[in-house]
Amino acid sequence: MNNKSGRLQSAWGALPVAVFIAVWEIVGRFDLFPGQFFFPPFSAVVKEFYHLTVNGVLGKNFTSSLVRVLIGLCSGSIAGIFVGVIMGWRSVINRALNPIISLLYPIPALGWLPLLMLWIGINEMLPITIIFICSFFPVVYNTATGIRNVDGRYVQAAETLGASNMRILFKVIIPLALPNIFTGLRLEAGMSWRVLIAAEMVAIPTGIGALLMQAESLVRVDIIMVCLIVLSVMCLLFERVFVIMERHMIGKWSNHA
Amino acid sequence: MPDIELVNMSRHVCRNMNLRIMDREIFVIVGTTGAGKTTLLNVIAGVADYKGSVLIDGASVDKVSPRRRGVGYLFQGLALFPHMTVEANIAFGLCAAGMEKSAADRRVLSLMEMMHIKHLACRYPHTLSGGEKKRVALARSLAPSPQVLLLDEPTASLDHQTAKYLRTELVSLLKRLEMTTVYVTHDLREAEEIADRIALMSHGRIEQVSTPRDFFFDPRNEFVSEFVGMPNIIECTRSRILTSGLVEVVSDEMTMVLPYDGGNIRKIAIPPDDIYISDVKPPGPALNRFTGKVVEISRYGSSVRVRVSIGKNRLLAELPASAFDELSLEEGKDVHVVIKLRRLRYVES
Repeated sequence: MNNKSGRLQSAWGALPVAVFIAVWEIVGRFDLFPGQFFFPPFSAVVKEFYHLTVNGVLGKNFTSSLVRVLIGLCSGSIAGIFVGVIMGWRSVINRALNPIISLLYPIPALGWLPLLMLWIGINEMLPITIIFICSFFPVVYNTATGIRNVDGRYVQAAETLGASNMRILFKVIIPLALPNIFTGLRLEAGMSWRVLIAAEMVAIPTGIGALLMQAESLVRVDIIMVCLIVLSVMCLLFERVFVIMERHMIGKWSNHA
Repeated sequence: MPDIELVNMSRHVCRNMNLRIMDREIFVIVGTTGAGKTTLLNVIAGVADYKGSVLIDGASVDKVSPRRRGVGYLFQGLALFPHMTVEANIAFGLCAAGMEKSAADRRVLSLMEMMHIKHLACRYPHTLSGGEKKRVALARSLAPSPQVLLLDEPTASLDHQTAKYLRTELVSLLKRLEMTTVYVTHDLREAEEIADRIALMSHGRIEQVSTPRDFFFDPRNEFVSEFVGMPNIIECTRSRILTSGLVEVVSDEMTMVLPYDGGNIRKIAIPPDDIYISDVKPPGPALNRFTGKVVEISRYGSSVRVRVSIGKNRLLAELPASAFDELSLEEGKDVHVVIKLRRLRYVES
């Protein structure tokens, strides 16, 4: 019964997507928009996707973007978790760093772009640094909040059981702060792609963002749509990866902590 | 097992508290909410700052961190680690002590068997019932073999039957382990059931420390007397064993037959709410029923206290205001008194 209702729900969720694609195809094919030139049908976009994949253009640009996101997101998240843990664990460090973090956190990641272009120059490090900044601050904030919000009773219980400070930190506090840490990571996983595309569009000659800009200059709406679909799928996929990781690591208990 | 001593200890509501808990003793602290019972446990465990001194086994532990005090603590909220299974929760203290894995596994297994929770080994705390959680928390606090066990309301929020079962098991376990135990509860009956000695706390002060029996028969002040329910203490002039489990006691004009399986009774404590008053003769056999005169009537919120004289004995009865209003009682009027035999306490000669 449950399986049947699950299948029904999935089918019900896929229906709007199918309708959307069908409408897109009809509008593009029957020239219901300003012109096929500016609004290609879905089948043309798929065809172009195949073409870009086969000739290696999409693969090359996608790989450049993916590597940047992975390096920037991983380094930003690791640094963010490290600083966030220290800030949440030791109030002295929190008091020292919190004003700086509070000042820098609200600056949009792309706001750093002009400054970084001058400091770093236009090279591979530029988008990586932007993504680093984009992921670092929210992860710091969420991690520190998660660490601080761990119920003091668990720490007291661990103390009376003879655990050292490090053991309490790694075995009790950080695991209990994981739901908060994952919230930060999940948010930034998708955001890093958005920031990357913007950086590539403005300053970098390779990557999905650069491909988008080239397509725009050649008035290739089909390529733009391919890039947007790739971007959308990657944002979704990255967020999904963290959701799966979160479910795997803390799903058994997180709703009851 | 060590004794525990608090010397001029101050923390929050607790002011200059002096207390000595003997080794291997089950020492129960009772008191109303906010009396400072949990604070006292926190101070002994070292998880709260305090002024004064705490001595365990004669040595000051003021500068000793909670992890070195050798104290097992069952917190009121249990504080079971939600991200660990039952097995991992119990093993936590053993791993922290650096115990070898195989030895730790054996100890965890024996504790789970002792607490009848072996079948829960792989479960997470949120999947357990209230009673199961308490057992796991108790096993966890016992795992590192502490010298002193602190239990903060271990049977709170359990249904009556489960609480009673857990309490019985707990007492037999503590007696077997001969562990110095400080047990906090707000339930006087629970305290009476398990304690070697009871301390009554109020607003951070210890009002009385004594054996459970002395609490009822020799309350030190009005507060203690009020807390234990102002029992009527009847001095018995004579007592006679009738058959197995029944004894007849005489106190002035009152002759009562009581269920009791001990020696001769010298004193009886009767809670005021176990004395039933009627202005008409109640039906049934004339056993433990007397005629008396109302001496004094006083209202206390939703209850009314009626003092009745029966010969030289004066009994205090407490009844709900609604029940009182249905009776036409006034001072000087003759009334019928029935003593219920539910919660009598005795002192033997």
